[in-house]
Amino acid sequence: MKRRKGTSESLMTKAGGELDDRFKLAGPARNIMNKVFPDHWSFLLGEIALFSFILLLLTGTFLALFFEPSMTHVVYDGSYVPLQGVGMSKAYESALNLSFEVRGGLIMRQMHHWATLLFMASILVHMLRIFFTGAFRAPRETNWMIGILLFWLGFFEGFIGYSLPDDGLSGTGLRIAEGMTESVPFVGPWVSAALFGGAFPGDEVIARFYIIHVFLLPLGLLALITVHVALVFVQKHTQWPGPGRTEHNVVGFRMFPNYIMKQVGFMLLIWGVITAMSGLFQINPIWLFGPYEASIVSSASQPDFYVMFMDGLIRLFPSWEFRAAPYFTLPAVFWPGIVGMGLSVMLPLLYPLLERRFAKDRGHHNLLQRPRDNPARTSLGVMVVVLWVVGVVSGGNDVFAHAFHISLNAMTWAGRIGIVVGPIVAYYLTYRICLGLQQHDREVLAHGLETGILMRDPDGRFYEVHQPLAEPDEHGHTELEYSGSWVPKKMNRVGVLEPTDRGFFKSIEEPEDNGARKGERRDEIEAGKQ
Amino acid sequence: MAASAKRRRGWRKRLGALARFTGALVIVGGLYSVFSPSLYAQEADDSANAVDSEVVKGQELYDTSCISCHGDNGEGIDGRGPSLIGVGSAAVEFQVNTGRMPLAAQGPQAPAGQPSFTEEEAEWIGAYVEYLGGGGTVPDDLAAMVEDADTAEGGDLYRVNCSSCHGYAGGGGALSSGAHAPSLDGVTDEELYQAMLIGPQNMPTFADNELTPEQKADIIAYVQYVVNDDRDPGGVFALGRFGPSTEGLAIFLVGITSLLLATLWIAGKS
Repeated sequence: MKRRKGTSESLMTKAGGELDDRFKLAGPARNIMNKVFPDHWSFLLGEIALFSFILLLLTGTFLALFFEPSMTHVVYDGSYVPLQGVGMSKAYESALNLSFEVRGGLIMRQMHHWATLLFMASILVHMLRIFFTGAFRAPRETNWMIGILLFWLGFFEGFIGYSLPDDGLSGTGLRIAEGMTESVPFVGPWVSAALFGGAFPGDEVIARFYIIHVFLLPLGLLALITVHVALVFVQKHTQWPGPGRTEHNVVGFRMFPNYIMKQVGFMLLIWGVITAMSGLFQINPIWLFGPYEASIVSSASQPDFYVMFMDGLIRLFPSWEFRAAPYFTLPAVFWPGIVGMGLSVMLPLLYPLLERRFAKDRGHHNLLQRPRDNPARTSLGVMVVVLWVVGVVSGGNDVFAHAFHISLNAMTWAGRIGIVVGPIVAYYLTYRICLGLQQHDREVLAHGLETGILMRDPDGRFYEVHQPLAEPDEHGHTELEYSGSWVPKKMNRVGVLEPTDRGFFKSIEEPEDNGARKGERRDEIEAGKQ
Repeated sequence: MAASAKRRRGWRKRLGALARFTGALVIVGGLYSVFSPSLYAQEADDSANAVDSEVVKGQELYDTSCISCHGDNGEGIDGRGPSLIGVGSAAVEFQVNTGRMPLAAQGPQAPAGQPSFTEEEAEWIGAYVEYLGGGGTVPDDLAAMVEDADTAEGGDLYRVNCSSCHGYAGGGGALSSGAHAPSLDGVTDEELYQAMLIGPQNMPTFADNELTPEQKADIIAYVQYVVNDDRDPGGVFALGRFGPSTEGLAIFLVGITSLLLATLWIAGKS
């Protein structure tokens, strides 16, 4: 046998060359591998959603092997004693068998559910980062809109998944969705009848939801996620302003080899957290809910947290029903359910365009804004967060009332008043806090840092020594221009580029080479020792 | 010694008067018990006499601890407490053994608490209230009935009749205006039966023509299986079985928090 010539390195090169000859990979691969990622932690939030989604596809495929989307009536004969001999749909039976008979089925189901919650929660957290730093501004409005659409696709995908097992809780949720659909004037009842194949609940809806859940919506999510990530590559990342960071560069690590390693590690960590939660915390115990029957509604029936906001709005809204004799009725649920949801979709979707119009800002922005530097936007964001939190808490108001021994009526009225007053108060307070933070930044830039050293004049006056941040100019002024970047507020932060020095448990930064102290670590001064 | 003889004569005279008076009382009482029906006269055997003494002891306790709200002979007082005539011993034992009665203060609902009486004393009060006007009682062979009960049938009945207030998992729930359906955690078979039978506080009554004693035993078997045998196959923590509310809290407090720490770690290690 003839020995091959060359080292492994040259073989790799040769293989790469062969691949490039055939598939023209070098150009795109170089682009991707050279993509620079900023190194701030807040840029990693979207990845949590991305990797949760991948895990959702994997666990969902496993579940689909065992789940039967059929509403055929069967009698349960599995190993869960309190349901033996109970009539139910095949969908519920197969979900129970998936939990009790299939090896590893229960943990897969719980992983699928926890990963869903993590997917939606991380989308929200990621969205807050994008919003409060102004990363959605031109040229990235499209990607913001895709992100909002991703949230709403995930919302419906999650809700439909919650409905599939056909247990008591999912049927109750479905009933509310049906009521909301029917409340739309004129078309509502027709749409509802088309969806359920007649009257609720019918025997069609699970099979229809199944194909939407495992094919249509995942396809939509996958397509939008691909575009979402591709646009980040095309448009490049935004970054925090700072020394050496401009509108025309990105400072950080290249995709290969540094960032890809971090990403793989992060992905495994996220999957680890989801798996650990699935092993530790029971989620959606469908065997307790029993099969769905339209007459049974348990107390404390809640949707998953990302839908709870809508539930809260419906719970808080007064029962204002509009009737026009003889036929027309507009039920109260129309306002929070349909109008409320419509506004929750459209306002966030159009926000970048609205801000462009009202702020008259036509420029392109690759540098982020600190939240304090745009108080109106920050306050608006906090306002929406407060509105959302009041909505979510009201969605679970019976659980809160029971757990904390509060009257349910008091919870409802607190929610009704809170959802109006809370956001207004939040707007005002946030605005004032932003202005205060801005003012302090300007103060430090103009007068220097507080050193904590108190001096006394010969005439008896006390004053604190300030350390100016710049050399005095010819007039003796040390005022610096605010650059939109972080301003040091303590003496030991001067000269540090980042708000904190780097490293997690301990610093990984080497001490600065500054003349006399070359190579030395800073000495510690202990009280009482000299 | 005229004075002492006089004293002795007076003493003898008084003793004679007492003997005559006692004799007269015995004759009158004897005639009365022969000719007039009475509480004591109707009871024949010895076991009934034991119950009688329980009734008497129960009345003593009633007169010191219950009478201020429920009135003389359990007739009730407007605005303070309802009449107890006809509620039966099951009601008394439920309210007293769970510490709901005696009530510390008027409110939307009597909260469960530390019982003020022993179970024996509660039985006495129950016997007294039973004596006042009958009412529901717990079957003596309840344990055997629960043993033979059909858990799955009980589950169906539970979901239809109980879950709308006590929740799927029996954790309880909020009702309007400060009232609540309590958690079924740690509740005994007898208390469950009594509660269904009498409908305490805001709970509806499930009389024997609505849920037969066997059906009640089925429900008890289901509740004990699901709530008190503590079977949660899905993990170490059941998150209070509150459903999506606490699951949502957990994903932010555990999932998002730990992964935010991870992002700080990853971005820090450059």
